[in-house]
Amino acid sequence: MLEARAAALAKRSIKGASKRAGIDLLVSCMDLTTLEGRDSPGRVRALCARAIRPGFAVPSVAAVCLYPSLVSVAREALAGSSVKVASVASAFPSGLAPLEIKVAETLAAVAAGADEIDMVIDRGAFLAGEGARVRAEIVAVRRACDGATLKVILEVGELGSYTTVRRACDLALDAGADFIKTSTGKIASSSTPAVALLMCEAIRDYAARTGRAAGLKLAGGIRTTKGALGYLAIVNETLGTAWLHASRFRIGASSLLDDLLMQLEKERSGAYAGPAYVASA
Amino acid sequence: MSAVLPEFGYSPSLESTAPLQILERYGLFIGGEWIQPAAGGSFATVNPATEEVLAKVAFADATDVDRAVRAARRGYEKYWRKLRPAERAKYIFRIARALTERSRELAVLETLDGGKPIRESRDFDVPQASAHFFYHAGWADKLAWALAGPERVHPLGVVGAIVPWNFPLLIAAWKLAPALACGNTVVLKPAETTPLTALLLAEICAEAELPPGVVNVITGDGRTGAALVEHGGLDKISFTGSTEVGKAIRRETAGKPLRLSLELGGKSALIVYEDAALDQAVEGIVEAIYFNQGHVCCAGSRLLVAESVYEDVVERLRARIATLRHGNPLDKNTDIGAINSRAQRDKIRELVTSGVEEGATLIQASCAFPERGFWFPASFFTNVQPSYRIAREEIFGPVLSVMSFRTPDEAIERANNLPYGLSAGVWSGSGALAMYTAARLAAGVVWCNTFNRFDPSSPFGGYKESGFGREGGLLGLREYLS
Repeated sequence: MLEARAAALAKRSIKGASKRAGIDLLVSCMDLTTLEGRDSPGRVRALCARAIRPGFAVPSVAAVCLYPSLVSVAREALAGSSVKVASVASAFPSGLAPLEIKVAETLAAVAAGADEIDMVIDRGAFLAGEGARVRAEIVAVRRACDGATLKVILEVGELGSYTTVRRACDLALDAGADFIKTSTGKIASSSTPAVALLMCEAIRDYAARTGRAAGLKLAGGIRTTKGALGYLAIVNETLGTAWLHASRFRIGASSLLDDLLMQLEKERSGAYAGPAYVASA
Repeated sequence: MSAVLPEFGYSPSLESTAPLQILERYGLFIGGEWIQPAAGGSFATVNPATEEVLAKVAFADATDVDRAVRAARRGYEKYWRKLRPAERAKYIFRIARALTERSRELAVLETLDGGKPIRESRDFDVPQASAHFFYHAGWADKLAWALAGPERVHPLGVVGAIVPWNFPLLIAAWKLAPALACGNTVVLKPAETTPLTALLLAEICAEAELPPGVVNVITGDGRTGAALVEHGGLDKISFTGSTEVGKAIRRETAGKPLRLSLELGGKSALIVYEDAALDQAVEGIVEAIYFNQGHVCCAGSRLLVAESVYEDVVERLRARIATLRHGNPLDKNTDIGAINSRAQRDKIRELVTSGVEEGATLIQASCAFPERGFWFPASFFTNVQPSYRIAREEIFGPVLSVMSFRTPDEAIERANNLPYGLSAGVWSGSGALAMYTAARLAAGVVWCNTFNRFDPSSPFGGYKESGFGREGGLLGLREYLS
C-alpha cells in the first residue's frame, strides 16, 4: 500500500502557477551539494556563488553541503547571505570509525563555521542489532553539534526493508535528530517516493507523540523537476503545509538545480532553452 | 535574500472531453445494427456531477428483448458456434486492442456517465476491461483444458448479461469476454444510469466486424432486465447487482433449464490486528471503502480493529480522510467523485441518518460541494454496535462502520456474522496470523495487507447472499461451458 499511495501522490497535477511555486519552494529548500574527493576551494566558491543567486528572480538555496575541510572556504564565500553551511561528518559516507573520531570531526566542522551537520549512522551496527550503540552515537554527535542543526542520514538503500527503515527513523528521531535524511547519495539505491512517504509518517507520528516537529531531507537520485515536485505532494499530504519550508524540508542535490532552472525558464517563456542557458557551478 | 514564496498547491487538471463524441440519441444494438425500440420509448442519462443530460437512450421493452434474444440465437446458430475457436479468439483480441486504443474516450465517458474519478476510470476500469478480453481471447482455443481436460467442451448458447452501474464497462467485460471466448452469444443489459460505455462497446464490436447477433446491447431499467430474465430463450443468465434483485431472479428462474450466476451485495469486513503497519492499514481501509465512492460490491464497509490500537487507527483515519480530495470527477487530482444517482445519494443519506439516530458517532471529511450534482463526503462511524443497521446493511457509499475486537477468533466470528460473504481484508505483520484468519473467513476473496487487487486470471465471487458462481480465471470459464 505504501508504494501504491506514493505512486498515486506522484500523479497529483502540478503545473502552471503551482509548478512555478513548487520550483521556487524546491530551490529555497535545496542543500546544494558537492561531496567529491576532488572538491577544491575554487570549486566550493563557485558553488557558493550559485547558492546565493541560482538564477534570475529565484530564491537562494537553503544551504551548501560539503566536506568538513571546506567549511571555512564556504563560510567566507557565503558571508552576508542567508545560505547556511552544512558539513557532512561522522566518517561520511560509511560511518565506520571510532566514536571519538566522529565526535572530533563534528567539533572541527562546527568550529570552522558549519551551521548544520549531516551525520551518517553506522548501518552495520544497526543491522547487527546494536540499536542502542547507534542511538548513543547520535546523542554524542548531537552534543558535539553545540546548537548546529543535526541531520541524520539513514542510508535507506542499505537497510533492506520498509520495516527496518521505519525503525531507523524512530531511533534517530528519539535520539534527537533535527532532520532525518534518506541517503548519502553514494549508493545506487537511495530516495524513492515510498521511502519518503514512510519517513514522513515517522516524522508525523513523532510530532504527535512528542510535540517536536522534525524535518525531512531527501538526497540521492533526485534529478528531475517532475520527480522532485512529486515529493512535495507526498510531504504536503502527509505532514501538511507547515513542512513546506526550509526549516523542515530539504532536498539535497547537485544536478537537480539545473533542471529546476530550465523548467522555470520554460514556464516563464514557454520555450525550453536547454542546459547552455543555465549557469552551472 | 528572503523572497516571499507563493503558496504551493495543485493545479486543476481537467481531462478533456474533446476526443469524445456523445450522440444526442442512441438506439438498440441488435443483430449487428442500430435499431429503434418497438414502442419508441427513451430515457435520459445524466452526468451525476452536474445533473446535465448527456444523451437520450432507447428504452427496450419485452418486444425489443425478444428481438435481441432471437438475434443472439441466430448469431449463435449461424456464425459463432460454427467458427473455429482460433477464429473466435481473433475477434476477441480485436475488441481488446480497440479498448486499449480508445481507452481515453472510454475513461472520459465512464466518468461523465457514472461520476467516478477519472484517475480510477483511466487507471483501473478501462485497463482491467481490456485485460479481461486479452486474457479470455487466449483461452478460446484451449478450452479443452479448462475443466479436468483434455475433454470436449461445449458453449451454452445465448447468455443474458445484466450489469450494474458501479463498474459499467468493466463488469460488462467480465461477462462478455468469457462468454464469447467459450462460444456463446450475448444480450447485454447495462444499468439505466450508466448505459453509455456499453453502447460504445457495441460500436467497438461492430467495428471489430463481429458477426451480427454475437453481441447485442439493449438499454432500459429494471423492467427491461426483468423481461430478459423472464424471456425463456436464454441458456444462461449472469447477473451482477443487488441481493434483492438477485433473489428475484433466482425465484423467477427456479426449475427452468438455464444456468445462473449471481454476483450480489456485500458488507465486507476489514480486520486490523495490533501488529499491523497501521499507516498501511489505513491506506488499505481508504482503498477498501472510498474507492469509487464506496460503490463497490466488495467494499470493505465494516472495520474491525484490535482494541489496543483502536484509538490510534481512528485518529489516523480521521486525519487521512481530511486529505481526500472531493469534487469534479474529470479532475485528475480528484480522489472522491460524484455519487452515481440521486436515488443512491438519498439511500446513503437515509442509512447514515439511521446510524446517527441509533447512537453511532459520525466523522466526515469537511468539503464544499457544487450546488448541482449528487455528492457525499468520505465518512465513517465510531461507537457502532454490531446490531446497528449501518453495521448490517449494505450502504454502497463512502461510509464505513468501525468496531473493535479483542481476540482473533472474536474478529473472525464478527466478520462472518452476516448473510454476506464477498470479500475481506486482513492486516497483520504476522503471516501466520493472517493465514489463520483468512482460512476462517467465509468470503470469496481475502486480501492480506492490501485491498482491491484484481486480475483476469483470479476468480471473483461470493458466499451466502453475496451470490454464487465465479468470474475470472479457470473457475470463471466453467460458468460458460458444459
